[in-house]
Formats: sequence, structure tokens, C-alpha cells
Amino acid sequence: MEHVEAQQHPIGLYLKVWLLLFVLSTMSYMVDYLEFQSYLRWFLILLFMILKAGLIVAVFMHMSWERLALKCAILLPPLALLIFIGLMTMEADFTFIVRSIFFGQ
Amino acid sequence: MVQNSSEQHRPLTVPEEWRSGVHNRLTEISTDWSSDQDAFKNVPWGKAMMWIFLVSDTFIFTCFLTGYMTVRMSTTEPWPVPSEVFALTIAGHHIPLILIAIMTFILITSSGTMAMAVNFGYRRERHKTALLMLATALFGASFVGMQAFEWTKLIVEEGVRPWGNPMGAAQFGSTFFMITGFHGLHVSIGVIYLSTVAFKVWRGDYQSRGYEIVEIAGLYWHFVDLVWVFIFAFFYLW
Repeated sequence: MEHVEAQQHPIGLYLKVWLLLFVLSTMSYMVDYLEFQSYLRWFLILLFMILKAGLIVAVFMHMSWERLALKCAILLPPLALLIFIGLMTMEADFTFIVRSIFFGQ
Repeated sequence: MVQNSSEQHRPLTVPEEWRSGVHNRLTEISTDWSSDQDAFKNVPWGKAMMWIFLVSDTFIFTCFLTGYMTVRMSTTEPWPVPSEVFALTIAGHHIPLILIAIMTFILITSSGTMAMAVNFGYRRERHKTALLMLATALFGASFVGMQAFEWTKLIVEEGVRPWGNPMGAAQFGSTFFMITGFHGLHVSIGVIYLSTVAFKVWRGDYQSRGYEIVEIAGLYWHFVDLVWVFIFAFFYLW
């Protein structure tokens, strides 16, 4: 029962974040609708994605009100995935080069 | 002499004026993690377990998306353009990616109603909580319905199969069905989970135990929305 007040935040905050998520989603859809290409497209996709993900984790999942111990335990391990993604990028580039040579393209 | 040696062995302390926010946070985290089973203070065990499950799920979804990245980067065939594959013609207008955009808005709306449900849960307004959770589950069910429509259209009309498709690289189908299928499974399980908890909230099962369960179910649901943010960016927009 002592946790009753645990994660109690004003409803206005949720509504603001909700609205912001709608705006960000509309903007990421517009990236496709307006047919932005190449680096501008990739930059905007990643930007809106990170902003949306950050808002969901920080406010809707209450991460910004948690203690540092939980924040670190949850948010640091996924960083290892960035190394994995980097390794797989190299692997994919290598496979592409080999295929290009052997398929003569 | 005795006083002098105790002076030397006095524990190292940082002067008050040096104590920054960073120092206090480091003290906090080392104290928390030195307290064995109480490492996560003010966090009910169910919530800690849900978070740890979500971390493991993050790794699974990242493996799928990384696999997708690897096959898309390494294929020498052209990748089908998602913007055109997922376009719909509504009332004579050809709109790119429109169904996916609608699905995105539905999932965000459901995240909003879920956040409200958690809030009303802690205010102990159980009927409002149950109704908001039920609304969340209904949004989720409509998302799965739209996904079923999307799959049917892709399989029946476009001829997309896990082993090939008429538009280009064969890997498009396998990664699409794998990633969206696994996400859809998560949404479906979430709908069942939320409906069950909503029913128990309505019945008043948590009046004495407290409403952390709503927050824990909410964590799962927001995570499903979070994964969709990444799928939307990398699979549909990229």
C-alpha cells in the first residue's frame, strides 16, 4: 500500500506527450509522403524514431522517475547491440562484395 | 600519536562544496547495488521482472531487425519499395503507406489510453481504469485486424511469399512475415493480457493489493508500441 503514490503524475503531462507523439508520427509519415531521399531521408527517419522512442520510455514507461540503479540495469545492456549491428554491417558489406564478384554484377 | 594515526586513517571524504549532482548519483547507485535483493528500491518485484523480460525482448527484436538489415544490405537484387508495396487506393486516390500510418496512429492512441489507465489505477478509480484498459485492448485488436488485412492483401494480391515475390529481392517476404508476425503476436498476447487484468480490476481484485499490476501491464503495452516505432522506421520508411 505504500506504493500507492509511486508513479503519480499529472494527466496533462501524458496528454502533451501523446500529442507530441502524434505530431512526430505525422512528420515521419511526411518523410515518405514528400519523397525525401538519401541522407536527408535517413537522418529524419532516425531523428523522429529516437524522439518517439525516448518519449515513450521516459514518460509513458516512467523511466525518468526511476532511480539510477534501474535506469542503468535496463538502458545500458542494449548498447551492446550497437556493436553487434556494427559487426553485421561489415559482414553484410563483405557478402555483397563477394556476391557482386561471383554473380558478375 | 594515537590521534595522529586516526587522523591519517580517516575515510576519504569529499568536501561539501565539491559534492556535485554526479557525485550524489554515484553514491546513490553504489548504495542501491550494494544492497543485495533490495537493489531496485521502490520498485515492486513484478515490475523489475517485467523490465528484465522487456530487455530480453529488446534483444530478440533487435536480432530480427539486424537480420533484416544484413539480408537487405547483402542482396544484389533490388529491394521492393515499401512505399509502393504498402500503398492503398482509397476513393480513387493512390496514397502511399496509408494503412501503416493509420496502424501507427492507432497504436500511439492505445499507448495514450494505457498511460491514462495507469494514472487512474493509482488514483484507485477502478472502473475508469478498467474501461481505459479495455479501450486499449480494443485498439490493439483493431491493429491486429488491420495487420491481417495487410497480410491477406500481400499474399493474395501481390503474391508475396517467404521464399520470393514478383517485386524484387526474395528476402523481403521472409523478413516481413517474421518481423511483423512476431510483433503482431506480441500485440495479440497484449490484448489477452490487458483484457484479463481489466476484468480483474473491474471486479475489484486489487482494492487491497494495490494497482501496480496496471503499471506492469502498461509497461508491456508501451513496449509493443516502442517496437513498432522501430519497425515503422526501419522496415516501412527506410
